[in-house]
Amino acid sequence: MNAMTHWPLLSLVTFLPLVGVGFIMTTRGDPEIVARNARNIALSTSIIVFLLSIALWVDFDPATAAFQFVEKAHWVKIGGFEISYHMGIDGISLFFVLLSTLLTVLCVLASWQSVHVQVKEYMIAFLVLETLMVGMFCALDFIVFYVFFEGVLIPMFLIIGVWGGPRRVYAAFKFFLYTLLGSVLMLLAILAVYFQTGSTDIEVALHHAFPFALQKWLFLAFLASFAVKVPMWPVHTWLPDAHVEAPTAGSVILAGVLLKMGGYGLVRFSLPMFPLASHYFTPMMFALSAVAVIYTSLVALAQTDMKKLIAYSSVAHMGFVTMGIFAVTSEAVQGAVIQMLSHGLVSSALFLCVGVVYDRIHTRDIARYGGLVERMPAYAFVFMAFTLASVGLPGTSGFVGEFLILLGTFRVSTLECFLAATAMFLGAAYMLYLYRRVIFGTITRDDLRNILDLSPRETAVFAPLLILVLWMGIYPSSFLGPIRASVDHLVQQVGAAQAGQRASLE
Amino acid sequence: MPLAAAPDFLPALPEIALACAAMVLLLIGVLRGEGSTRLVSWLSVLVLIGILVLASRMGLDRHVAFYGMFVTDAFALFMKALVLIGSAVSIVMAMRFNEEHRIARFEFPVLVLLAATGMMVMVSANDLITLYLGLELQSLALYVVASFDRDSVRSSEAGLKYFVLGALSSGMLLYGASMIYGFAGTTSFAALATVLTGAGPASPGLIIGLVFVTVGLAFKVSAVPFHMWTPDVYEGAPTPVTAFFAVAPKMAAIALFMRFLIEPFGAMIAQWQQVIVFLSVASMVLGAVAAIAQTNIKRLMAYSSIGHIGYALIGLAAASPAGIRGVLVYMAIYLFMNVGTFAVILCMRQQGKMLEGINDLAGLSRTQPGLALALAIFMFAMAGIPPTAGFFSKLYIFLAAIDAKLNGLAIIGVVTSVVGAFYYLRIVKVMYFDEPAGAFDRPISVELKAVLVVTAIVTMFFFLLPDPVVGSAEAAAASLFAK
Repeated sequence: MNAMTHWPLLSLVTFLPLVGVGFIMTTRGDPEIVARNARNIALSTSIIVFLLSIALWVDFDPATAAFQFVEKAHWVKIGGFEISYHMGIDGISLFFVLLSTLLTVLCVLASWQSVHVQVKEYMIAFLVLETLMVGMFCALDFIVFYVFFEGVLIPMFLIIGVWGGPRRVYAAFKFFLYTLLGSVLMLLAILAVYFQTGSTDIEVALHHAFPFALQKWLFLAFLASFAVKVPMWPVHTWLPDAHVEAPTAGSVILAGVLLKMGGYGLVRFSLPMFPLASHYFTPMMFALSAVAVIYTSLVALAQTDMKKLIAYSSVAHMGFVTMGIFAVTSEAVQGAVIQMLSHGLVSSALFLCVGVVYDRIHTRDIARYGGLVERMPAYAFVFMAFTLASVGLPGTSGFVGEFLILLGTFRVSTLECFLAATAMFLGAAYMLYLYRRVIFGTITRDDLRNILDLSPRETAVFAPLLILVLWMGIYPSSFLGPIRASVDHLVQQVGAAQAGQRASLE
Repeated sequence: MPLAAAPDFLPALPEIALACAAMVLLLIGVLRGEGSTRLVSWLSVLVLIGILVLASRMGLDRHVAFYGMFVTDAFALFMKALVLIGSAVSIVMAMRFNEEHRIARFEFPVLVLLAATGMMVMVSANDLITLYLGLELQSLALYVVASFDRDSVRSSEAGLKYFVLGALSSGMLLYGASMIYGFAGTTSFAALATVLTGAGPASPGLIIGLVFVTVGLAFKVSAVPFHMWTPDVYEGAPTPVTAFFAVAPKMAAIALFMRFLIEPFGAMIAQWQQVIVFLSVASMVLGAVAAIAQTNIKRLMAYSSIGHIGYALIGLAAASPAGIRGVLVYMAIYLFMNVGTFAVILCMRQQGKMLEGINDLAGLSRTQPGLALALAIFMFAMAGIPPTAGFFSKLYIFLAAIDAKLNGLAIIGVVTSVVGAFYYLRIVKVMYFDEPAGAFDRPISVELKAVLVVTAIVTMFFFLLPDPVVGSAEAAAASLFAK
């Protein structure tokens, strides 16, 4: 099965973008030519990386919950504090790797014309970002994980700050400092974990039984980092700012991958390492998730900026994810992972949709649009498809994720399930309301009368997203298959730990 | 018999050789006149490299000389290497600057050599007398160097301020030393350690002495609340001198701090740990908060150095081999980040005039992308963002803090590092987000370029091969506890 295991496939996928960076750095000469070369190199590099990551999926063994494609090498071996370069993926991380590599390709394509200053640096930033994102999802050593996790801040800070909108400096600082504050607390927790387990290896920590009192503190420290990334209410306020100011491709990566780092962290670390604390804090997590889905949905209804509306809808959708994770049933956690993937595709597509009209009219004010369906039928269709996927219409990926989450959560808490279902209704309200205002109606503005429909390049960006959204909605088994074994194993492990504690109390 | 009692000079050979070389170079300078500055400078660099080689050939074993007043061990070697590298790079960076500012005099490298001699003696001090001797040799040379641009009011003011406050701190230190001698009956570190181990509750006089010496040393490392001189001296002194101040004397003083507290006063940890914790917290907080409002980059670096000393002191507060290892790794990486940053500051000149405003860096990423990238690397490293070297220096410090159960200190440390990240990011913001204000003069001198490239590469790619630095820091830290 694993015919290619002798290849360091994960390292290739992780570090190949840096080779592209090297090539881009060597381009010199006329700015026009440099920009063109930078685009071409970035596109070809990211496509090669994406194809390589497809090989991961093909070779992946869905029957086991163990880590696959494992690579291990010594890195620091001094004085007891040993760090190894340890990489590997399981069913939970597999699709996040694919998501990262796919979205990077689309980001490069989407920025083809909309970015025309410092193109070389822009492409370098995206390729470096790809390395860091993929590395983060593959890392199986805490220090390696942390390096990738926090390293992401540097290119993202620059992307928002250099190529962003009018308030980009404020947004970039807010994004950086918010996330940094969360991560440094996690760093301390990681060091505390090290002193408990005697190793920085994640696999070791995943099977270590931490004392309950310590679990509570460590859980909170990890949560500080992941909650900001997810983002959970009330630490979500950086997200609307960052989204609004970031360039389109920056928003895509933010919504598509960076938010998933938080959810991924909760599934990967918080649940298996701190099962008792997870159980202890479940009411809190449920409450925060419920507030997130309902409150931010209401906020989204009131937005006048398209990007801000989608940003708030992201917070709401991620609220579903955190709810599913802490329901700790097999269905709910699978649903949470699917929902993250689905949201990664759908919200990226929605930001790209905003980007399409923004490139033409240079405003994101909803009131400035209306009646686009007359001039842009293809665009109206694409936007419709993703709007419905965001709402969770059956047949789209959004439905599978939300349905599984609700199904799994219902077994744990009917009230939570009820609250979340209310939010689904609100989600339909704000998305369709947005769609009506932008697409339907009659054209009143002069500049909209000559607006052009999707170009072939833009169609090429949307096509894979649309196919995947429908694929995941109509035949989710291709995706659930590899996820299931790992999630089942995780849920059993957490259940056993919690049962063990109950037994010891009785 | 008198011959047999003659002190063993061998362990102090590098210091002796350095002192002699400084005097020979002084003679060369005097005999050849003003035109000899470049020659003397390069010779000084060569001498420093030679001394570094000589010192490393002495081996890592512990040797005591001069009747126990002088000690060499792996710890001393590690810190001496940092001092020598810092001094040599400062001389290299100063050459062009001094020529352009018409202050190129051969005394400058000679004074740096003498200061380096003092620092090496400080690092190897094994007696309160040696401690004071080294400290004063270093300080006197530094006072002169600070006011080296003697026609500039700012530079003279910096030198005078440094002298007055430095003299005050030396006085306190001396007073503390005399108290310690009065109550313990010895000035030798080894004897103090024996006296204090298992001596029961420490006498108040001894504690007062300990505190006074600590205050004197806190002055030298510019830990809050004894930091007042730092921003003014950093701003006023000629930039290469500031670079020198930011690295070399800090190394020597923190080395002395560690040896003094761990070796003779290791038994009194309960008394001094809280002092160090306080100094550390105050330095981190002030370094982070006060730097936010700065507009002059040299002043900013002064507050940044105060903050960094706060982090290093966390390792000292942990008082474990892991903690000392953390401090050593921290200082080694700090040396590279700082030297690199000052190399960039030395490149900030328009039409032959030096600029010091942070806003003068505006748009540097467009006008000089390489320089901007280098400074961005240093700033992210100072903020402790992975994968730069700065992350690893903080990692080892916090590792020691968590190990020593100093959780509160670690949390304050990481929170202030986020506050500090703000002003480091501000520099990146000015360079990358703002519109260009005007290009700096080109070309950058070859020496400066070399320093920049090397420090940037070390800072950026430290993660590829951290073992040599961490390993020697580990051995050095162990030697401090071995006795």
